[in-house]
Amino acid sequence: MTESKPNSFRNQPDDRGHFGHFGGRYVAETLMPLILDLEREYKAAKADPAFEAEFEDLLEHYVGRPSPLYFAPRITEEIGGAQIWFKRDELNHTGAHKINNCIGQILLAIRMGKTRIIAETGAGQHGVATATVCARFGLPCTIFMGATDVKRQQPNVFRMKLLGAEVVPVTSGRATLKDAMNEALRDWVANVHDTFYIIGTAAGPHPYPELVRDFQSVIGREARQQMLDRTGKLPDLLVAAIGGGSNAIGLFHPFLDDPEVKMLGVEAAGHGLDGDEHAASLAGGFPGILHGNKTYLLQDEDGQITEGHSISAGLDYPGIGPEHAWLKESGRVEYTYATDDEALDAFQLLCRTEGIIPALEPSHAIAAIVKRAREMPKDAIILANLCGRGDKDIFTVAEALGVEM
Amino acid sequence: MTRLSTTFAAPHPALVCFITAGDGDTAANLDALVQGGADVIELGMPFTDPMADGPAIQAANIRALGKGTKTADVLQIATHFRTRHPDVPLVLMGYANPMVRRGPEWFADHAAKAGVDGVICVDLAPEEDEDLGPALRDKGIAPIRLATPTTDAKRLPMVLDKSQGFLYYVSVAGITGKQSAAVESIADNVNRIKQHTDLPVAVGFGVRTPEQAEAIARVADGVVVGSALVELVAEHGDNAPEHLRALTEKLANAVHSAR
Repeated sequence: MTESKPNSFRNQPDDRGHFGHFGGRYVAETLMPLILDLEREYKAAKADPAFEAEFEDLLEHYVGRPSPLYFAPRITEEIGGAQIWFKRDELNHTGAHKINNCIGQILLAIRMGKTRIIAETGAGQHGVATATVCARFGLPCTIFMGATDVKRQQPNVFRMKLLGAEVVPVTSGRATLKDAMNEALRDWVANVHDTFYIIGTAAGPHPYPELVRDFQSVIGREARQQMLDRTGKLPDLLVAAIGGGSNAIGLFHPFLDDPEVKMLGVEAAGHGLDGDEHAASLAGGFPGILHGNKTYLLQDEDGQITEGHSISAGLDYPGIGPEHAWLKESGRVEYTYATDDEALDAFQLLCRTEGIIPALEPSHAIAAIVKRAREMPKDAIILANLCGRGDKDIFTVAEALGVEM
Repeated sequence: MTRLSTTFAAPHPALVCFITAGDGDTAANLDALVQGGADVIELGMPFTDPMADGPAIQAANIRALGKGTKTADVLQIATHFRTRHPDVPLVLMGYANPMVRRGPEWFADHAAKAGVDGVICVDLAPEEDEDLGPALRDKGIAPIRLATPTTDAKRLPMVLDKSQGFLYYVSVAGITGKQSAAVESIADNVNRIKQHTDLPVAVGFGVRTPEQAEAIARVADGVVVGSALVELVAEHGDNAPEHLRALTEKLANAVHSAR
């Protein structure tokens, strides 16, 4: 892109919800008044110290924040380059960063007087986090999940049910995450009067990409301060995995105006970018319109959406948050990808060197670090977001490694 | 006068019939709708992710895509329809992504050449008009907007601004083909809308029977029927035309004699 360089990378989106020419509000008319209401209410909430105080209080005492910043000595030594540090968001309640956003959104829902919550989920992590906050606040909760994913993710389905959620298997389309999102939108259109839709990633119609980013930015704010306290300087490179991109934008955003800090987003390349078996919307997709926003999408020449593939169900979505699309085109953030096999290797490497079983999503970030750290001097600092723990993935990993459990 | 304005200038309300392009023998099905008395044809462009549609039209989208229906096929169906039926208005209905994939100018140009009179883009809010609206208007194609029960008085002028052809009033807050709204609420809303515009108002979503169509035609300029027709295509396959013609005749009689 030839757009002139902005003064700040932190003042997006504009008042119409556009990040450059991405983002926006592409929804059916029935939803527009609600989306506008949500935007007004979110602005009011942001200006209300009581809202922030309640959010912060829940993050500290319910989620367990701040999460630690951890220097990982053995993986650093094994790779033999830059120092590798992890933001330990896998230690949050429910085992991933997803809960940060769910806390923020359910507080908004309550503020708006909504009495019923819906959400979509792929692997089930966002569904579990949503069911968790619904149980905490006593609101009924319906989770839409592709029928294919329901079969593959039985432990998370059971967790959601234990937490009191109704799990609706979605059989329309191809019965995966994007179809679950379609079905959640259909439910929402029919129940706008009382229902709040907790979207799980930094995508969807404005103001969702902005508010999810803001709620997840606690990751980057904490990490920035912790890094300054511990080392007296900012990291040289931030790394995060990207599906929809909420953990990455949460880490990156507070650093966007620190020009010395480079950033790397890592998409899932599945079986490789040569064929269709990947979920790398930026590397292998084109700009288009889906699920309320304009962004990079996996699609064919007619604009039909194609199915992503990744060993990590959390990265297996054919789109990406619009702010990432803009950060890519503006050149502020670099985006790369890691294959299923590279992520599996990185998964095992972290288990073996640090005694941490990561989720398959951040394993993609670790795979990218393995390549980058070697090329960087030993006094350089890489900070990666360890956005989820791997308990949920052990069955998938066992199968991929040919181990019978 | 355009084909749409001529149709809505008729003394009786208009019947708008929807089917999905590429589902069944679309040309024969369209002919059956016209023979049955449809005043306006709404041709659905299949999309992988039709999030405003209920099960019947979702399934039609999947059938059409499963048969390999491309954008070029949709445009060809329109082109041939225009040759056979020079005077019947034809409106494309669909989602934004397939319409803007090759650029809005490409789409508007090809739709105009195919004889398309209007375009309904379900997920293009008026706020995002520039993605498609200017290109359509430039080629003389009417961007047909939707209003819903949630479109309040504050918002209505924005929805109506730059709308052309007719206004599509979605009678229920929901998806296509599911529940139906009470006629009283439809009448109130149509009257509310007509205080703000001279555009004809057609009412759709949840209209399935001649009785419902007649009741709505008493209070609106047009009635849209979709899922009930699409279900006939699903049920009868290659034999769908005779069934489509039969239902369309009943609907047309009901709508045309309503007032």
